[in-house]
Amino acid sequence: MFDIERWQEIFETLSKNKLRTFLTGLSVASGIFILVILLGFSSGIQNGVTSQFEQDATNSISVYTGVTTKEYKGLNPGRRIQLKNEDFNAVVNKYDDNLEYKSAFYTIWGGLVNYQNESGNYRIEGVMPDNQFIENADISQGRFINHSDIIEGKKVAVIGNKVSQDLFKGEHPIGKNLSLYGINFKVIGVFFDPGGERDESKVMMPITTAQKAFNGGNDIRNMSYTVKMSDNFDEAVKLSEQISSGIESDIKETHIIAPDDISAVRVNNTLEEARKIYSLVDTIKAVFWFVGIGTIIAGVVGVGNIMLIIVKERTKEIGIRKALGAEPMSIVGMILQESVFVTMFSGLFGLVAGLALLEFVGPLIESDFIKYPQVDFNTALTTVFVLVFAGAIAGFIPAYRAAKIKPIVALRDE
Amino acid sequence: MGNNSLHVLKGINFDVKQGELVSIMGSSGSGKSTLLNILGMLDEADEGSYTLDNVPIKNLNEKIAANYRNKFLGFIFQSFNLINYKSALDNVALPLYYQGVPRKERVERAMHYLDKVGLAPWSHHLPSELSGGQKQRVAIARALASDPKVLLADEPTGALDTKTSYEVMELIQGINDDGKTILVVTHEHDIAQMTKRIVNLKDGVIIDDSMVEQVRASQYV
Repeated sequence: MFDIERWQEIFETLSKNKLRTFLTGLSVASGIFILVILLGFSSGIQNGVTSQFEQDATNSISVYTGVTTKEYKGLNPGRRIQLKNEDFNAVVNKYDDNLEYKSAFYTIWGGLVNYQNESGNYRIEGVMPDNQFIENADISQGRFINHSDIIEGKKVAVIGNKVSQDLFKGEHPIGKNLSLYGINFKVIGVFFDPGGERDESKVMMPITTAQKAFNGGNDIRNMSYTVKMSDNFDEAVKLSEQISSGIESDIKETHIIAPDDISAVRVNNTLEEARKIYSLVDTIKAVFWFVGIGTIIAGVVGVGNIMLIIVKERTKEIGIRKALGAEPMSIVGMILQESVFVTMFSGLFGLVAGLALLEFVGPLIESDFIKYPQVDFNTALTTVFVLVFAGAIAGFIPAYRAAKIKPIVALRDE
Repeated sequence: MGNNSLHVLKGINFDVKQGELVSIMGSSGSGKSTLLNILGMLDEADEGSYTLDNVPIKNLNEKIAANYRNKFLGFIFQSFNLINYKSALDNVALPLYYQGVPRKERVERAMHYLDKVGLAPWSHHLPSELSGGQKQRVAIARALASDPKVLLADEPTGALDTKTSYEVMELIQGINDDGKTILVVTHEHDIAQMTKRIVNLKDGVIIDDSMVEQVRASQYV
């Protein structure tokens, strides 16, 4: 392998057969190049689709409390469990790495809302900024509640489209004041909700404001979280269950609830929507794997073919070399070393060219469904080695057979 | 090749001493090429023994055969069998490569033999740029390069015109004069007359083996 004389012989052969070397190299390089581009765009489309549907794929965890049904540690059943701000913060602190959006709620189920002469009874929710994403609320005018609204406990409200239609009758609602039980709230935004009219019959305000205005103190009614998207559905289910049961047992512990009391704390998680998105992403992945494997097979066949032709073409040369005293294995070794060198060199060249193209062209692509096309370098490198190995095998068999032929047969004039 | 075996040689018994220049004659199908291939270890006899320089040549595996060919034998073929992408010099140097001779020495020795066959000025030409006679002389230089015990020439003049044939024979005679043992397979009588001994084959047996008065090729050139 490290025999300088052998390498000299090989380089001489390669440089004296420029066309053959070039064509072999070109086919290997272009194969790898196409494969890299393909893999890159497959990951780009995966990224694009994932980011398009990520919101719908989030699986959300909601925590509600109720009344205890079992006696535990000397405490009577029938206690009402009240969640506090601290419960919310504890969960956020503990699972921050896995949670994407989080919001606590302080809800007034029915509240009388007035605007000038119009009035209606709506659900009033004190929420956090993240709730916009948890509920997929689509802001059509103005803005949603932000962090400073929470900190300062501003008297602001975001109203559902239904509320806006009922009370404002087509008037522009932003900046107007609503009155709730005599307290004035400034409308800062209007939202649509994919959930329909029922979900749009709501008035949302900063949770701190709600707690203050409606004597809530530290209390919260319930809390919602969304879990970050995992690589696949099974992982998502596992993670979601892990977090749900973690939250449940933490709350049971802080509030001294029997571990088997199912009505005192309820933790729900929804994964149904997520399943569809995961299966979409899985399908895309599978399609590109299929195409990728197909491309590799085509590449292997191509390289193998070239090797076969090269060896066939060199049968006579092999006979001459044997007549001059070359050992069969030295011939096989020479042909292999040569072909591995060429495929490796051109394979790496194709790899670099493909990566460079992705690097420079990738960011220029403006499509919502293709994002960051890129290739895992190790995957690409593995592919190169697969091709080189396949080329070597494909070259070895005919080379070995050619070296086995008696020189007299190889030298026979056709 | 194939399953049909054909007995070509049916009992050949002869000795060649060092320094002899022997021609093997016979019509096509007489077995002369098969005999030469066996002598050249390019083919193997299914029966009988063959001793070369006191070494019994039998049960050869490919590796040993390759080594023997490299050390003991030099081949000259009818169709030259030069490697067409290598220069004359590199072709001559090839047997030395397989002997493990370092590159520099290889080039020097190859150059020496090319000079000996009168082709030093053409050392960097490819075979395709040489005439038939020149190609055969390169092949002769290549056969000599490894300094073998025996030169085996299979119809060395078969692809050459008469004048060039005599030039090649003159060269072969010169090499023989230097003490090299040479076997020439030919079916041309004038060529055979330029050797010192003619072995006549017919249907796989020797029908005649006699010394001849050597005709020097130089008188025709």
